[in-house]
Amino acid sequence: MYRQVQQRLRSAPPRYWLVLVLVLFFIGLPTVITSFQASEWTLVLIFAIVIMGLNILVGYSGQISLGHGALMALGAYTSAILIHRYQVDYLVTIPIAGLVTGLIGFLLGIPALRLSALYLALATFALAVVTPSLIKRPAGLTGGVQGILISSPDPPQFAKDAFASVTSGPPMSSDQWMYYLSLISALVLFWLAWNLIRRRPGRALRAIRDREVAAASYGINIAGYKTMAFGISAFYAGIGGSLYGLAIGFVSPDTFPLALSFQLLVGTVVGGLASIAGPLIGGVFTFWLPIVSSQFVGSQSWIPAQIASVFQKAGPAVTYGALLIVVMIFAPNGVAGLIRTGYMRLQARLRGAGDRGTGQMPPDPQTV
Amino acid sequence: MQELIQQVVSGLASGAIFASLALALVLIYNAMGLVNFAQGEMAMFATFIAFTLIIHGLNYWIAFPLTLGIAFVAGVVIERVVIRPVERAPVLTLVIVTLGLATLVNGAAGFLFGYVPRSFPSPFSVQTINILGAFASFQDLSVIAVCGIVLIAIYLLLQRTTIGLTLRAAAHHPEPSRLLGVRVSWMLALGWGLASAVGAVSGIMVAPILLLEPNMMQTIIIYAFAAAVLGGIESPLGAVVGGLIVGLTVNLAGAYVPFVGGDLELAVALAIIVGVLVIKPNGLFGRAAVRNV
Repeated sequence: MYRQVQQRLRSAPPRYWLVLVLVLFFIGLPTVITSFQASEWTLVLIFAIVIMGLNILVGYSGQISLGHGALMALGAYTSAILIHRYQVDYLVTIPIAGLVTGLIGFLLGIPALRLSALYLALATFALAVVTPSLIKRPAGLTGGVQGILISSPDPPQFAKDAFASVTSGPPMSSDQWMYYLSLISALVLFWLAWNLIRRRPGRALRAIRDREVAAASYGINIAGYKTMAFGISAFYAGIGGSLYGLAIGFVSPDTFPLALSFQLLVGTVVGGLASIAGPLIGGVFTFWLPIVSSQFVGSQSWIPAQIASVFQKAGPAVTYGALLIVVMIFAPNGVAGLIRTGYMRLQARLRGAGDRGTGQMPPDPQTV
Repeated sequence: MQELIQQVVSGLASGAIFASLALALVLIYNAMGLVNFAQGEMAMFATFIAFTLIIHGLNYWIAFPLTLGIAFVAGVVIERVVIRPVERAPVLTLVIVTLGLATLVNGAAGFLFGYVPRSFPSPFSVQTINILGAFASFQDLSVIAVCGIVLIAIYLLLQRTTIGLTLRAAAHHPEPSRLLGVRVSWMLALGWGLASAVGAVSGIMVAPILLLEPNMMQTIIIYAFAAAVLGGIESPLGAVVGGLIVGLTVNLAGAYVPFVGGDLELAVALAIIVGVLVIKPNGLFGRAAVRNV
């Protein structure tokens, strides 16, 4: 038994160790940063969850959605309404929000079957634009323009004590509790996605994406898998949306503008389509880019204050747009793809010059 | 009755604006099978150029064609720089690139011109004129006239000139056209330039009605999508008819259906898009799609 474990550990590929290091890093992070910084990283994790869902849809099944902000809104409002009107425990509302959004996503997937990628992009884009005004309408339910306030969840006693004894400081704050809640959700959802992707459904989705007709002739249920991809993707968006509402403490129509759907797509593409690590990179990227870039510009004394203040509003859009174009032209597989090819080149070089140019296939060909 | 006619005229006016932008979408769709998500933002940027020219003292009727010229050149340049490298890429790539372009142009406009809404000068008086006992605003009628002239000009260009013929040939049959000496790739650029100029008309026409700011076209582009889809996305005539129908429907629904009101007009456009795509994906004037397996 012991020997078996030892052997498995020794033969584990390096990426397993990388995952372990990453998980430990994220578990330990709140003990060294402030509570406010933890709340920022919470949003990174939430973005990563939603982008993972979007990646299953865009990267693996080859369908496109520009309306994931709308699905996030659905998840967030499901949670908020359940908590606010029906006094449901917030922990229970998170999976409910996921399931409700997943169901709606599954239903959206049915008309989406009839649409080509282009029309699907168009319809979901329109959905993203219309969402804020659709939310405002049933004002009795959604609180209209004001939205709904959600009181920040209090961490359970055992978590407070454990955190205090580890850091030998104050007990766990609600921001830090939200962080761990998001981290647990992210771990579970990433693990699920990883299992989904490398087994039969993942292979079927990729087959459909690359050659629909060939996939059908192999007996793959095209309609079933495509709608399933939509449903799963929406499930992730719903969970992410629910956590998002809890983390920022309120939901309102303007919490979910078109720009949010955009940000999610940028994160998916820049992180790397059809990759498990991509969404995490994408989450870090989409959250930190606007903050870091505007802080950088603000700190440069040679830039006039007037220009700096304009940059803080327009800068992220310009950078997002330019990056989206540049990444699509030069690195269609995103940062994850760059790292993967870099690593494989390095390996080939380490194995010796003889191996070079043997035409090794990349694990996943260019997806879009 | 009085009010109905007024609503119809202003519906047709917004319809003409949607039609111009939808026509721009159709021009690019015909050239490369792509819906340009940046069309509205490009039009918005062109409107800002017109605005800058006008506040620097240029006459409206000089600034207007000048802006269209600038928009044309900009369209060609954008095609060469941004679209050319991904010309043969799958649709998904192209869609993402145009979305990137939309964000980029939107941000650039915010950066250069700021986010403060400005009122755009209009050469048309706001007074109403009396036609057969019904009052219609002069502004609306002029918008219809200007858009009509532009649409007819585009029609003549496409159907009655050699350039138009080569443009259509390159779009529909690229390989034979190349064999006959048409520079297909440059024709795509020309298509982008034309679309950019036609789109700019819609921006300049809509700016006095809405206020000019970087997000001005975000709703207009949705109506234009609805118009293009309704007309069958490859038909220029369909885009115009679709634009007018969408303009009328949205205006009348906003005025007479209490549930829709002012704030759900966009949802009407969404309903049109989804409804047409699900029930009759080829639209009113499109040909049935044939797929080789």
